[in-house]
Amino acid sequence: MSEYEAVIGLEVHAELKTKTKIFCSCPTTFGGAPNTHVCPICLGLPGTLPVFNKKVLEYAVKAGLALNCSINSYSKFDRKNYYYPDLAKNFQTSQYDLPIAKDGYLDIEVAGQTKRIRINRVHMEEDAGKLVHSGDTISSSSSSLVDYNRAGVPLIEIVSEPDLSSPEEAKAYMELLKSVLEYTGVSDCKMEEGSLRCDANISIRPKGSTKLGTKTEIKNMNSFKALQKALEYEIGRQIQVIEEGGRIIQETRSWDEALGITVSMRSKEEAHDYRYFPEPDLAPILIDEEWLETIKKSIPELPQARKKRLVEDLGLPSYDAEVITSSKSLADFFDAAVKEYSDAKTVANWVMGELLRLLNANNQSIDETLIRPENLAELLKLIDKGTISGKIAKQVFEEMFTTGKTPDTIIKEQGLIQISDESAILTIVDQVIEANPKSVEDVKNGKEKAIGFLVGQVMKATKGKANPGLVNKLLRDRLI
Amino acid sequence: MQLYEKTAYELRELLLKKEISAVELTNSFIERIESVEQDVGSYVTLTKDKALEKAKQVDEKIARGEELPPLAGIPMGLKDNISTLGVRTTCSSKMLENYIPPYDATVVEKLDEAEAVMLGKLNMDEFAMGSSTETSYFGPTKNPWDIRAVPGGSSGGPAAAVAAGEAVFALGSDTGGSIRQPASFCGVVGLKPTYGLVSRYGLLAYASSLDQIGTFTKDVTDCALVLQQIAGYDPKDSTSVSKEVPNYLDVLKKDIKGLRIGVPKELFAAGLSQDVEKAVKEAIAKYEELGATVEEMSMPHAMYALPVYYVIGPAECSSNFARFDGVRYGYRNKDAEDLVSMYIKTRSEGFGAEVKRRIMVGTYVLSSGCYEAYYLKALKVRTLIKQDYERAFENYDLLLTPTTTSIAFKFGEKTDNLISMYLNDVCTVTANLAGVPAISIPCGFSKGLPIGLQLIAKPFAESTLLSAAYAFESCTDYHQKRPQLGGK
Ligand SMILES: [Zn+2]
Repeated sequence: MSEYEAVIGLEVHAELKTKTKIFCSCPTTFGGAPNTHVCPICLGLPGTLPVFNKKVLEYAVKAGLALNCSINSYSKFDRKNYYYPDLAKNFQTSQYDLPIAKDGYLDIEVAGQTKRIRINRVHMEEDAGKLVHSGDTISSSSSSLVDYNRAGVPLIEIVSEPDLSSPEEAKAYMELLKSVLEYTGVSDCKMEEGSLRCDANISIRPKGSTKLGTKTEIKNMNSFKALQKALEYEIGRQIQVIEEGGRIIQETRSWDEALGITVSMRSKEEAHDYRYFPEPDLAPILIDEEWLETIKKSIPELPQARKKRLVEDLGLPSYDAEVITSSKSLADFFDAAVKEYSDAKTVANWVMGELLRLLNANNQSIDETLIRPENLAELLKLIDKGTISGKIAKQVFEEMFTTGKTPDTIIKEQGLIQISDESAILTIVDQVIEANPKSVEDVKNGKEKAIGFLVGQVMKATKGKANPGLVNKLLRDRLI
Repeated sequence: MQLYEKTAYELRELLLKKEISAVELTNSFIERIESVEQDVGSYVTLTKDKALEKAKQVDEKIARGEELPPLAGIPMGLKDNISTLGVRTTCSSKMLENYIPPYDATVVEKLDEAEAVMLGKLNMDEFAMGSSTETSYFGPTKNPWDIRAVPGGSSGGPAAAVAAGEAVFALGSDTGGSIRQPASFCGVVGLKPTYGLVSRYGLLAYASSLDQIGTFTKDVTDCALVLQQIAGYDPKDSTSVSKEVPNYLDVLKKDIKGLRIGVPKELFAAGLSQDVEKAVKEAIAKYEELGATVEEMSMPHAMYALPVYYVIGPAECSSNFARFDGVRYGYRNKDAEDLVSMYIKTRSEGFGAEVKRRIMVGTYVLSSGCYEAYYLKALKVRTLIKQDYERAFENYDLLLTPTTTSIAFKFGEKTDNLISMYLNDVCTVTANLAGVPAISIPCGFSKGLPIGLQLIAKPFAESTLLSAAYAFESCTDYHQKRPQLGGK
């Protein structure tokens, strides 16, 4: 089916990690017993008024700048009117025609190719509450409960242009967007907690055509994998409809993770007229140039610049740099370790190998780990000095991971110092030669492989503490 | 003179001299309410126990010799669209018949700090939509001067209560004239302050960009006294303005010699009844006698104010009222079988006809395809009206108009002709669109019913407004007249 290409635009919602909500002073903390993080304002009680949290503006501007947008010096809030029980006022305070940031881009990399994805706008808005149904959906339930803890949590919506041509590109864009927001420190971007959410607009057209096809909107994709799978499915579905002589209907479809398909939610005829109009209870937002400058200065090195530095200055392979910079905390860990131990590639191997393996196995994030980067550097120095072998080092690293102790402490506590004393090792070498006449014979007959077995036996007898290089040398001296 | 006929500053003297106690004062008002309420019908909810408890606290303060805040022990009432913690706040609607707010409006907190005694919540047109208090779910309030006549609206309850001696003062809200028109009909002083001078936090919004809380008092001195307590920046209201509040009592007696007054010919024209015209012309003559210069001038866009108001007001209300859906509080239709039918039945049954009419108009003018033609155009004309005012205040300190085109009309007289009901706001509505302050003061009587004079000043020039109103009041006695109710 190579004669079609997809045209995809993403609308991404990210919760900003301010301490308090966008229009009141309730905490934004995730979880909590239902309706405990609420007040008359976020419950939309009659007569209450919103007061704009200036921290939200700061975070939104930061995000806008990090996404290469221009910041509107005059921006305002508007009301988006629609009825739903999770929306306490039955309108959402959002931004319509004058968003805080516009005209940005992200340069993604797919299969070694760089592609610029334009960002139409970034705007601020309030989140809605959560419905809990007695059944599966609101219409099939005998009752529904509403939890307004999330109502009024600040969001930014980032709308891309339809510049993405494949599910891979969409995923790459989403991953880069996530890491930019994380780097900037404005959002936790936890898809599983819903602090990062994504809707897609997608259509297909014959390759080479410039005319846009009818698009559908896909909702409910709760992971990067779901995003990719949903888009793959939808492209296939649209191609099939057209191949069979049908027409694509402009509609909203929901991704069903379990069935692996998209399902129609509502058609355009049922689409809302949101009746946007300027929010009369809030003053327009004027951006002070001086303030904007201080925000600009506070933006840290972003993932792409960092990746470039790791490749060009530290000599890391592109793949390593990509993995390490995908998360700011991981990259920070790496940089801190490299500061103490300058062989960047070795540090990268340990971070990508042992560290990520243990984090995954223990379901931990890098922010939670007990290992300090300077301790990893110390461990690597101990290997270089011959104090421990690489193999023992992995054992020590696991202990560091579990207990947070320094490598030095662990080595001393467990007596793991490498045996590099020739006479001590020679005694054991002789014992092993004596106990394995068959292998000794093989070695003497030129079977190189057998020497590995004998080394193993020595290491086993010393519980891995013998210097393996030395063992190898001594065995060869004796036998060859 | 009876206690209920006195002003706040007169009663304060009596309290300070210990000639009466706050509890006695409150009780005298409760008695007055009991004797005239069946004729007037100002109150939706009475809070006697709370009032007496507060009065007792004030008496204890007096006994301890503590300094008394300016409104200590003064009985008052609040329009029932001002949120009161623990006291139902109905907006005179079935929708909120049993709604008890968990918080106080900022003005309520301020009056509480000033130790005023709240007697109860006052009747209004449902959700502040109307000019006669006839749309109240709880039935109309009557004009104390003639109970066959309407008290005006939407703040009919507060105006009638102050006129009838059922409260020393009251707070209302003014979106298109809802304080000034009933003040005019009931012969009391009604002030709509500058948009942003008084916090709207806790005022159940009708049209957010037009609503402003203001005062009903028996005279201009009381007006200054009450305004002083409720004015000022509120961090809970982003549209309130951070500005130092002047001492309004200090400027009251300022000489008005040389004051430049403009009379907009557009607001002094067609439809004006002869008795009102005569009274206002006499008022103009009075001002000239007092040394002011009065000139006819033009507000070229004033004629568009009503249509602009009837687009912007409904547009904002259609969104503000969306929250009344039966989900969280207020009326809910219990028989609905699904969400949408709950919305439809709840709102069809909970709102009265006028409210539904304005929600529909507002929804229409904001809908796609109509927005540019109606809402956006209205915003543009609103700007032109604002500019009319800016130009006017380059040449004049004040503008003077009748508050209403006629004296209070009779019940039912205009309910069949909505356009003529809406036209009632013609003189008052421009001040809301421009956000400027305006006051209505009594300036005469016709057929036993009061006539009101409106003065309009530039933003935050309440001092000018008050001193000009005080100068007029000082050489007239309309504000001292009291209605005779049921011969009691
Ligand atoms: Zn809150």
